[in-house]
Amino acid sequence: MFESLSLLALQQYWWIIISLLGSLLVFLMFVQGGQTLLHIGKTEMERTILVNSLGRKWEFTFTTLVTFGGAFFASFPLFYSTSFGGAYWVWMAILFCFIIQAVSYEFRSKPQNFLGKKVYETFLLINGALGTILIGTAVATFFTGSLFSVSDLNSSRWEVASHGLEAALNLHNLSLGLAVFFLARTLGLLYFINNINNRPILDRAYKQLWLNAIPFLFFFLTFLIWLLVRDGFAYDPVTKVVSMEPFKYLHNLLAMPVVTVILLLGVVLVLYGLFMAMFKAATKGIWFTGIGTVLAVFSLFLIAGFNNTAFYPSTFDLQSSLTIENSSSSKYTLIAMSYVSLFVPFVFAYIYYAWKAIDKTKITEEELNNEHHKY
Amino acid sequence: MTEQFDYSLVDWSRAQFALTAMYHWLFVPLTLGLGFIVAFMETIYLKTKNPEWKRITKFWMTLFGINFAIGVATGIILEFEFGTNWSNYSWFVGDIFGAPLAIEGIMAFFLESTFIAVMFFGWNKVSPKFHLVSTWLVAFGANLSALWILVANGWMQFPAGMHFNPETARNEMLNFWEVLFSPVAINKFLHTITSGYVLASVFVVGVSAWFLIKKRNEQFAVKSMIVAGVFGLLSSLFLAFSGDTSARLVAQKQPMKFAAFEGLYNGSHGAPLMAFGVIPGEKDSTSQNYLSDIKIKIEIPNVLSYMAYLDPNAFVPGINDLVDGNKEQGIMSATEKMDRGKLARKALREFKDAKKNGDTILYNQLKAKFAEPAFQENYFKYFGYGFLNDPKDLIPNVPISFYSFHIMVLFGFYFIIMFALVLRFIYKGSLFRKRKFLYLLLFSIPLAYIASQSGWVVAEVGRQPWVIQDYLPTVAAVSQIDASAVQITFWLFFAVFTALLIAEIKIMTKQIKIGPTEGGN
Repeated sequence: MFESLSLLALQQYWWIIISLLGSLLVFLMFVQGGQTLLHIGKTEMERTILVNSLGRKWEFTFTTLVTFGGAFFASFPLFYSTSFGGAYWVWMAILFCFIIQAVSYEFRSKPQNFLGKKVYETFLLINGALGTILIGTAVATFFTGSLFSVSDLNSSRWEVASHGLEAALNLHNLSLGLAVFFLARTLGLLYFINNINNRPILDRAYKQLWLNAIPFLFFFLTFLIWLLVRDGFAYDPVTKVVSMEPFKYLHNLLAMPVVTVILLLGVVLVLYGLFMAMFKAATKGIWFTGIGTVLAVFSLFLIAGFNNTAFYPSTFDLQSSLTIENSSSSKYTLIAMSYVSLFVPFVFAYIYYAWKAIDKTKITEEELNNEHHKY
Repeated sequence: MTEQFDYSLVDWSRAQFALTAMYHWLFVPLTLGLGFIVAFMETIYLKTKNPEWKRITKFWMTLFGINFAIGVATGIILEFEFGTNWSNYSWFVGDIFGAPLAIEGIMAFFLESTFIAVMFFGWNKVSPKFHLVSTWLVAFGANLSALWILVANGWMQFPAGMHFNPETARNEMLNFWEVLFSPVAINKFLHTITSGYVLASVFVVGVSAWFLIKKRNEQFAVKSMIVAGVFGLLSSLFLAFSGDTSARLVAQKQPMKFAAFEGLYNGSHGAPLMAFGVIPGEKDSTSQNYLSDIKIKIEIPNVLSYMAYLDPNAFVPGINDLVDGNKEQGIMSATEKMDRGKLARKALREFKDAKKNGDTILYNQLKAKFAEPAFQENYFKYFGYGFLNDPKDLIPNVPISFYSFHIMVLFGFYFIIMFALVLRFIYKGSLFRKRKFLYLLLFSIPLAYIASQSGWVVAEVGRQPWVIQDYLPTVAAVSQIDASAVQITFWLFFAVFTALLIAEIKIMTKQIKIGPTEGGN
């Protein structure tokens, strides 16, 4: 089945999978966003409700991040070696944010937990705030570039001593970092509204929505407009020579109308979900805004890697830039991996089934009091 | 790949990876085994409808949850450290190594993370059967994830199913099934997960013994001990069997590692097995070896030859044979291998230069050369040796390998006897009276962790200097970052992991002291 595809088609197929995983990860970061909003719980029980609501989902985000990394490694190993081995500090900071998250739910309310409840809640806050901003900033370098070189033996070297921290000094990168941060918080609030049945929490969540959705829209539009007017990293499909092209990402949208439709549909759904929640006090906004987020982020990944665009550009040496063609695994490996990807719909199916079973009823104080396993 | 190696960077990168792996492996084996033990217990509950079994299940499930979380925390680092600290490695073999990691995520991690939510939060929300299936799926998911990462590790110890592509300057997969079903990978998987089952069984038996010592929850403790005792005995017997196979595979595929953990300096026919030995701390100036002679030792004649080749008179090469070569036995010297490896590297450099300079004739000649089986067999096979400067670089740390191996084996056999005695005493009804034995069971818990860690030390220290056996040494695999950067992250990881370990031990201890309650908390 996959054997009949060309190497380029397989590379494109895997870029689509990476884009899908990346977009799902951004949606699932509602967990991180929610972790920065525990203060909307004013009593101990309210905070416990909020933590438990998120605690039943944190592993999905975590697993998606790990799978995203694994899939990137398997399909585009040169990106893995160049970016992770080069932008050392950024990735290490992100990893630290996730180490401290993983234990915080389980350890937070257990007696004799050594560090105390406040510390574990601070860990959740750090993960939610720093993790989202750093991931957004790191992904923005797909459009703005980084300072690295790759030798003819495909050995890579970061050409600046700050090893990735320089990305945080780029305002365009930061605009995406902050957009992801406020998006995660917005999604977190929409998730609380959908998942929790506790009036005081809901009232505060609706109020907080305004304070987060508006900054999100501001930073997202800043990032998007800037992206569409900036020069991009194009490569010649025949000679593979990389060069700067004015309005490259706008050109990509125009050259790929399907991607444009996905982006617009995503933006409309995000806005519709927000409108429903903010003006109609609806509880199902998470589904519209969530699906919209997946579509919008998916389209951004596609314009980063498709239409002869270098998805991980080097501003130090343009010809070291990584494209889906020069950084991928071999055809054999991509074919083998493609068969494994057929499991993905099955994975989605059981996640949906299990999630539905767990979320049959909304989280309430009473439910938590009867719960054996509580965070 | 670089010519200038920063050995401080290599050492710190290795230290950081070892630190992460060792902390990760403090938690994973318990998850692997306790997942199944909990699933057995819940199955008994569903069959018997006895609420005592539900209480038992919930108690061990709580401990499983505490341990699982910290295993996840340390696990994410390992995956990304392949990129952050071993970027040349990530490219050189990413085409093969990346696939199992991605499959692990898609097939195993989601299974675990999805059904663990049902396992913990589904008691009152899903049917008992659905809950039981979820518990089993969590156990299978954890073991499935172990399969893929161990396949990847097995491949690093014994590369198979690939070829070198000079165009991309990396190894590429030729046969997925050869990678998956490589005998080393399969054995590594079976031996490692079984060691997890043994550790978890020792843990359950030891904690249950504490309840008996305290004369608390005695029915709970004995029931738990029966499940863990049977599981532990069967697992430890299989562990010994798979360990024997593992040793044979190492003797054939990684003879230097085998010689190091057996403390065998000079090879011989009918080689003896060193049951016990002490390696002097300082180098013996009279020694003919590169290393200190092992003076105090107890040897069993011919057993090592039999263990390695199922022939009591077979020749087993020692460290000196592998470094100096042994013409009689057809063993090439390290110097010769290094020369051949340098020639293979030179050919790759010339190939790349020819491409850059547009020298089509030379380019095509060299491309054809890399495709020749004779060049592959006689030169490229030794590619990794081309990075080494001294034949002695091939010798791993013998004392660490030797002692780790012997500790692992010693405790492995001890656990077989321990589980057999536990079951015998329970059967005879005399366990309650044997307080010294109960204390022994309790204090055996750390022994299981020491044995388990020792196993990985043998596997990983013993294969040095290789990341990929014969193809890529650690010095050539490392990311080009400052050693000071790795030093900083090493100490940060050390501090965070240690704090979390202390937290876990305190929480676990507290939960154990609380004991099984109606709610299971």
